[in-house]
Amino acid sequence: MLHNKAFVKKTKSGKITKNVREHYLRDDIYCGVPICRVCDASAARLSGSASSPILVLDTNVVLNQIDLLENSAIDDVVVLSIVLQEVRNRNLAVYNRIRALCSNSARKFFVFSNEHHKDTFVQDMAGESKNDRNDRAIRVAAQWYRSHLGGAAQVLLITNDRDNKRKATEEGIPAETIEAYVKSLDRQDLLDLLVRPASEDVEMEEVEDLRPSKRKVLYAEHKPLSEITSGLHRGIYHQGKLRVNRYNPFEAYVGSESIGDEIIIYGRGNMNRAFDGDIVAVELLPQDQWHEENSLSLADEEDEEEGVHLVPGSADDAPRTTNLVQGASGPPPSRPSGQVVGIIKRNWHSYCGSLEPMPMPAGAGGVAHALFVSKDKRIPKIRIQTRQLGNLLNKRIVVTVDSWDRLSRYPSGHYVRTIGEIGDRDTESEVVLIENDIDARPFSSQVLACLPPLPWTVSSEDLANPIRQDLRNLRVFSVDPPGCKDIDDALHCTPLSNGNFEVGVHIADVTNFVHPSTPLDDEAAQRGTSVYLVERRIDMLPKPLTEDICSLRADVERLAFSVVWEMTPEAEIISTRYTKSIIKSCAALSYIEAQARMDDSRLADPLTTDLRNMNTLAKIMRHRRIERGALTLASAEVKFQIDTETHDPLDIGMYQIREANQMVEEFMLAANVSVAEKILKHYPLCSLLRRHPTPTKEMLEPLLRTAASVGLELDISSSKALADSLDRAVGEDPYFNKLIRILATRCMTQAVYFCSGDLTLPEYQHYGLAAPLYTHFTSPIRRYADVIVHRLLAASLGIYKLPAIFQDRPQLTSIADNLNYRHRNAQMAGRASVELHTLIYFRKRPTDTEARIVKIRSNGFIVFVPKFGIEGPVYLTERSEKGGGEWSVDEQQQKIKKMDGSISYGVLQKVNIHMEVVEPQPNRPKLQLTLV
Amino acid sequence: MEYVSPEGLRIDGRRPMEMRKLQAEIGVVAKADGSAVFEMGNTKVIAAVYGPREVQNRSQQLSDQALVRCEYSMANFSTGDRMRKPKGDRRSTEISLVIRQTMEACILTQLMPRSQIDIYVQVLQADGGTRSACINAATLALADAGIPMRDFVTSCSAGYLNSTPLLDLNYVEDSAGGPDVTVGILPKLDKVTLLQMDAKLSLDIFENVMQLAAEGCKAIAEYIREVLSENTKQLEYRRGL
Repeated sequence: MLHNKAFVKKTKSGKITKNVREHYLRDDIYCGVPICRVCDASAARLSGSASSPILVLDTNVVLNQIDLLENSAIDDVVVLSIVLQEVRNRNLAVYNRIRALCSNSARKFFVFSNEHHKDTFVQDMAGESKNDRNDRAIRVAAQWYRSHLGGAAQVLLITNDRDNKRKATEEGIPAETIEAYVKSLDRQDLLDLLVRPASEDVEMEEVEDLRPSKRKVLYAEHKPLSEITSGLHRGIYHQGKLRVNRYNPFEAYVGSESIGDEIIIYGRGNMNRAFDGDIVAVELLPQDQWHEENSLSLADEEDEEEGVHLVPGSADDAPRTTNLVQGASGPPPSRPSGQVVGIIKRNWHSYCGSLEPMPMPAGAGGVAHALFVSKDKRIPKIRIQTRQLGNLLNKRIVVTVDSWDRLSRYPSGHYVRTIGEIGDRDTESEVVLIENDIDARPFSSQVLACLPPLPWTVSSEDLANPIRQDLRNLRVFSVDPPGCKDIDDALHCTPLSNGNFEVGVHIADVTNFVHPSTPLDDEAAQRGTSVYLVERRIDMLPKPLTEDICSLRADVERLAFSVVWEMTPEAEIISTRYTKSIIKSCAALSYIEAQARMDDSRLADPLTTDLRNMNTLAKIMRHRRIERGALTLASAEVKFQIDTETHDPLDIGMYQIREANQMVEEFMLAANVSVAEKILKHYPLCSLLRRHPTPTKEMLEPLLRTAASVGLELDISSSKALADSLDRAVGEDPYFNKLIRILATRCMTQAVYFCSGDLTLPEYQHYGLAAPLYTHFTSPIRRYADVIVHRLLAASLGIYKLPAIFQDRPQLTSIADNLNYRHRNAQMAGRASVELHTLIYFRKRPTDTEARIVKIRSNGFIVFVPKFGIEGPVYLTERSEKGGGEWSVDEQQQKIKKMDGSISYGVLQKVNIHMEVVEPQPNRPKLQLTLV
Repeated sequence: MEYVSPEGLRIDGRRPMEMRKLQAEIGVVAKADGSAVFEMGNTKVIAAVYGPREVQNRSQQLSDQALVRCEYSMANFSTGDRMRKPKGDRRSTEISLVIRQTMEACILTQLMPRSQIDIYVQVLQADGGTRSACINAATLALADAGIPMRDFVTSCSAGYLNSTPLLDLNYVEDSAGGPDVTVGILPKLDKVTLLQMDAKLSLDIFENVMQLAAEGCKAIAEYIREVLSENTKQLEYRRGL
């Protein structure tokens, strides 16, 4: 084992320090080729047949061609550690993908730690740039492989760096560009996956020439990074994440900390090739230009328009259209607008969509250039090259962006894969899943191996276990939506001799089967939550667990984690007890059944009595909670009836909430709060809790404005005040109150998970529930957060040790972040799925229905259709005549009036509309709303 | 941050169970009764021992055993950026105390009543694990001074990063913020004289990490023994025996 020292100089925040680090060179790093006689072959990953060469990749190949590398046609690859290091510094997403490839046992990717191998380490040479040194290291490693393996296998260096290739050839190393290599494989489909660097793009420019206004610089140049850094320092530029308006792709926002407000960016020119999610540097425009937005966003030639969509559930996914009402006569805009001067970090990934319809090119089979339209409206069209145009035209495909230069209107990218036919329900569902980054793959065999053997029953060991209390004698029952298979909660309520009640909430004991740091646990942590689409459910845990072993079905013994309170008849909690238990549910009721039992005065069986007792208690608890200031928010959830054969939606309607729902909800809330208190007491720094931030004044601004226009005063000083004023908001219209509540819900952000050590106690507050502490404990089958909370609770009772992960706060924080991300995506996917099915439903059924106006625009208004829970624009003027024509908007009153004063529409007004699915372009059906 | 790559190599190329390169030299300060330089990788520590000698401050004199004093300091040039550190700051007072207590445990102090032994250790170059290196250097210097000891104390640290126990953390790994367990043992007696950790670690992991550190201590003891016997051979040779 050799020992060596490497000297590294490093600059840190302007200061220059010299760091000396040891660098050990080893002789026990193996080549990974099984036929090698010198090396230990036990860790060999490569196949090492003499026919196919071993590929050594250059950094630029990994960075640019990762989609190609993920194709199984590319194999027997040596990934050098220097390449990995460079890739990690340049693009973490690509690094994670190449790492995943290297650890995938189905692929033959081998990581060779060339930097620590005594024969392949290269010293820095004077005057040599970092890049040249790394290229040399790659060549040395390739050369070493050649001499090490002798003639036993071929070694091929794949590089797209011209200089590197030339030097390699000079040194006698066979080298190829990736294009040449793929061509030699003779696989047409692979060629589409190739990314073409801009410099080699000769054919592309010819196509450009055919179109007008080409060869013209369309976008301002991005400033070099050094200038951006100094500009940020001096406060000229502002850094932030660009968020494109979901409903108007020509409008984007940059939340900047340095300016304390959001900067609006109008038009593609000002956005200057930035994508949604990019970290950008923005320069403010002079104040007199802050106004040009409306003309710009309308004048753009592209005909993107608002579509009909579901009612947003919260402020996070609500459209941001605050400024659009201000017509030409509005007051001077208060919000600054700006332009992007540079992109600090790209957020490019792959996008789902389809190709813009175009005629087949004359020379069939050749390379065609097509424009790709993403399903996500925020993404601009993407140019791709393909050899299989005919195949792709009516398919949903996945495309990745590669580059966007100043000369082209659209970014260029390449085809990754095909999902399926456009319009096909399965394809579209798949698109929903991909867009929301949801893993719907079946569980791997390693994961399934963690399951207990089936059929599973409560064993005698479980019964004998002292930590587990036998509660089978209790009259436990569950109340769930009809047809629910993953029952994770059950209840009981026993009157005690002293007049009090013993009330228990029993939650499926998932952590008894999902142990920390097993493949099953890792998979569940990654998925984070089950996803409920209209026609299917994507489970977080494998089916045997969700539907059988953990599901608290009727008349079977199941393991549970119980919270048992003693409550006075006034629903005051006297004592709380937590225990693992064994229960036997006597009935699995649906909400409807439970409600019917409670309402049926003839019934007086013990179960019904229990239900009524609980309901009484729940009502008191609910009342007390509302007294404290909990908000009763409303959402416009809809329910589909699905045809069991064709899976087509048969009917839709609002989801009805009964007293029984509220009863169960109340006890679940109480259990969550009790558990939150318990775990926080034991683990003040590493508990997983859920908080709901208090909405700021700005967030409630749209609500206040709408309310003011109909003469309603809302007090938003506290959640209690808001709750009270929402209660008072009753109009002659019975639906009025609900509508106001829906609008209020939409102004709030979503509740989020967090690690208790990251925030201070006042920030733990759950605004919506008016609870100082809250967590999720009651649905471990479908939420990973609950699994974590179960482990924390078990540890606080001394049942199990706390898994090591809880010691590591950054890791816990990253888990919480992932859960929030997954949770949001699951909701988005659910909504997208409902939207998809709404479209399918109305395709055959044009409908007239009643709707309410929720927002006024310059050329129409947005309506909300309560019956179907959808929201969409109604245009008063033809799209062709811009700017409203004979209609004028009164912003104060939130009204739109015809110039002659004959008709006017105000916000929250009831209108009758006609709903119909139209297809303005082939394969792009959309729901259109028109006034009747 | 990835401190152990999936290939099982640490940032500097070691495997998790490997120590840095050890290097030691005896008799580097001619004026002192015993002295040594001890290197663990880039960490370099010098130790000098004076005594047993007359107690300087009479009031501190102990009638039944020797007084052991220890002073730890860091050279201004020991870290990359030259910084003036006040003498007697909290950290060095604490380390002085730790070293004194550890050495006291192995010196046969009752053989030298009413006398004083001074141990001076200075860090010449710091790259993680200075505490351990100081103890090892002090052991060598004490042995060089011919002070009677039960056994040598050797010390080594181990940490836990990326769910892997790591032996002998260097500065980069040390500043990762994970747990850092410093163990000092009497290898022949197999007794622990020093055990320090300033983070939380679950008990079973802690046991593994501590076991690893103890293994490291034994390896250092092996090396120190070699150095000493080599030194003894030299002395023999010089005396013409």
